Amino acid sequence: MEYTRSELMPGVFLSHLQCGKFKTACLSVTLLSQLKRETAAMNALIPAVLRRGTARYGDMEQLAKRLDELYGAAIEPVVRRVGEIHCVGFFASFAESAYLPGGEDLLGPVSALLAELLLAPNTRGGLLLPQYVDSEKEKQLDLIRSRVNNKRSYALQRCLEEMCCCEDYAVSRYGDEASCEAIHYKKLTRRYRELLRSSPVEIFYCGQASARAVTRALRDAFSGMPRGELDWDIGTDLRMNALEEQPRYVEERMAVTQGNLVMGFRLGECMEEPDIPALYVFNAVFGGGPTSKLFLNVREKLSLCYYASSALILRKGLMAVSSGVAFENFAPARDEILAQLEAIRKGEVSDEELDWAKRGVASDLRALLDSPGELEGFWLAQALDGLDYGPAELAGLVEEVTREQVVAVAKSVVCDLVYFLRGEETDKSDGEDEADEEA
Amino acid sequence: MKKLEYPGIGETLYGTRLANGLEVRVIPKKEFSTFYAAFAANYGGACRRFAVDGKTVDTPAGVAHYLEHKMFDLPNGDSALNILSANGADPNAFTSSGMTCYYFQCTEGFEENLRMLLHFVSTPYFTAETVRKELGIIGQEIRMGEDNPGLAVYYNLLKLLYEHHPIRDRVAGTVESIAEITAETLYDCHRVFYAPSNMALCVEGDVDPDGIARIAEEVLPKDCAPVPAADFGAPESLLPAGTFRCEEMPVSAPQFLIGLKLPGDLRGEESLRLQLTAALALRMLCGASSPFFTRLYAEGLLTADFDFEVDPSAGTLTVIVGGESREPEKVLGEFQKACADIAAKGFEPAFFERAKRASLGARLRGLEDFDNVCVSLAEGVFDGYCALDACPLLEEVSAEDCRRFVEEHLRPERMALSVIAPKKAQV
Repeated sequence: MEYTRSELMPGVFLSHLQCGKFKTACLSVTLLSQLKRETAAMNALIPAVLRRGTARYGDMEQLAKRLDELYGAAIEPVVRRVGEIHCVGFFASFAESAYLPGGEDLLGPVSALLAELLLAPNTRGGLLLPQYVDSEKEKQLDLIRSRVNNKRSYALQRCLEEMCCCEDYAVSRYGDEASCEAIHYKKLTRRYRELLRSSPVEIFYCGQASARAVTRALRDAFSGMPRGELDWDIGTDLRMNALEEQPRYVEERMAVTQGNLVMGFRLGECMEEPDIPALYVFNAVFGGGPTSKLFLNVREKLSLCYYASSALILRKGLMAVSSGVAFENFAPARDEILAQLEAIRKGEVSDEELDWAKRGVASDLRALLDSPGELEGFWLAQALDGLDYGPAELAGLVEEVTREQVVAVAKSVVCDLVYFLRGEETDKSDGEDEADEEA
Repeated sequence: MKKLEYPGIGETLYGTRLANGLEVRVIPKKEFSTFYAAFAANYGGACRRFAVDGKTVDTPAGVAHYLEHKMFDLPNGDSALNILSANGADPNAFTSSGMTCYYFQCTEGFEENLRMLLHFVSTPYFTAETVRKELGIIGQEIRMGEDNPGLAVYYNLLKLLYEHHPIRDRVAGTVESIAEITAETLYDCHRVFYAPSNMALCVEGDVDPDGIARIAEEVLPKDCAPVPAADFGAPESLLPAGTFRCEEMPVSAPQFLIGLKLPGDLRGEESLRLQLTAALALRMLCGASSPFFTRLYAEGLLTADFDFEVDPSAGTLTVIVGGESREPEKVLGEFQKACADIAAKGFEPAFFERAKRASLGARLRGLEDFDNVCVSLAEGVFDGYCALDACPLLEEVSAEDCRRFVEEHLRPERMALSVIAPKKAQV
């Protein structure tokens, strides 16, 4: 697997990963901008509206027809936030020529269609079609509202929102309901043109084609990309401290039968010069998997819950611990989670625990080399951080991490906010019960 | 081991049946750092009644899943989950209505991990105390499911479709039913269903196929035990038991599933052919490029998460179509209209060819995913076909086959609609 990075045109970068082992190639195009409340909903809506039709393939049916001809190539809108950088664009995946009956090479046609989606939408009088904008706006509103449907992810989002209430990170990647509702097609067209002109662009390719072939296909396809004054002033505000001296508490009630506890932490001063491998290992020791302290104690030893796990939001310097517990077990679960963190601070990490954590993290990183989608996410984040080492090198560094490094991270971490989603007092919902039950 | 080449998709499959009855399937993958192994029993949440030594045994709902949780306990007090994780592997398990599957992924120490997988799944160890301890954890898992509208809309649909087939009930059981489970129950079900002759081992990665078979022979019991068939009750009619159910939950917009039963008694290539024909017909009827979907999407009646599947499980085959919509009943009406239209006119040849192309591309994408491939292989073993035959077999399916499928099965009287509606004055 060979990684190269080049600038195709001003502010348009190509990360190229040549790799012969997959049956499908992937190609993504991502526009970067600052995550802000005023623009988040609009930015997120843009790829969805563009995906409705281009100048040549005017509606979804014609687009779908074209994609079917290209052996079911998929081009989907992607909206992410990496720290406080808003990333919107498209992710395409398509069959490698070796597996197609006629050996057709899809790189050229897929690049062309991708560029067309981004640069040549179906417009009238130079404006995005109001019916497309309104219809996608409704869908985005539904999506924003639908976050209550999954209680676990809802609780996590609410915790981060409350914790970062004074920061851009409180804004979700789809923006908020009010600003989404206020979107008008003329205003959206302006924002679209502005984003195209001013955003730095990250393109990622992983597949069998050489860097030269990919560069040629993309230069052809994106030759019409408008490039104005580029907004290089984007980045993430890393706050090291909790907002208040004592952790804040937020409780919310809903008709649920199980409580959802989420504890939000700042990774703290260790983020001044983040020791990435140590952060990964710390998370694995604390709550990253079945060998972690949280799993072994909160779930296995005390049987308090089905899940208790920690996750790093590295690019914003945060960590969240989530657990699904019975309402009455809120306090014992919270106390045990804090006690386990305290144990790491005191250096109570056995050689075994450290070794397990390192192996788990290193193995996950190496497994990433076998998934085009995961590689894309990894390299996008690396590109944003200006880093050029791959998953295998990072895995090597992880294997060198010492107990002292892990303890140093634990000492730096501070609890900022505790969020609990609990049932309504009188509620006794008797829901019947996806088919598979994970262990 | 028998070697089968699939040049079209660039894969080679090795397969054999060991003396103890275990079916082994291996796909060697050079250049990949990941190893994946799935060890599955043809036993799931719906296999609650069976005959053993001439006697009919009934077990409480949730045993297969409970057993799955407890299998990780080793006699020396260790947990296989921890040992595998400690060795850098990523182990887990799932229980569906028709299957219990233990699996791990790793990038090193594969042989050692494989031995551990085979060892722990074939070594039952339960005590009254360890069984009791799990009640709290599984109880919370069941509770978590009760707040999950996806599960609710799914099981409500199955209850509409199936009159008595145990697929109607949640795999995990209920807080009450699992309270009845004892160490004895678990030992019995393990003895009966976890015989190698009722199991499949499927492996993908840079491995030597013969080596895999050797390890399985070494670690697993030598005897080839007979396995009782699970009793799912009398065959069900193809008509649904009920046609509509709506339940309120705190959701933002109605979630809905339209479903119908297909004949579940087919085996082998016939079963796979019906699944492929159904999936291709549905792709054309309601997939992303169908006139039905694109029109309803543009009208705001459907969203991008709208999807369809053909789900084989525990001797049943079910078509499930759905997603989110403000007006699920209108979607059902439109879907029925589209079906009737196709039954009468058939699919346009050019459209059919494009759909086949797209289907090939989608299948190639599915092959990137080791866990998807290994689990499909195991399903195929239990159902008497080879999952990798899907691509060549798909070539044989004609536009007329698809039209006939629609005409025969996608009839209004066969369909049921399950809806989860937003709770009034909530959220």
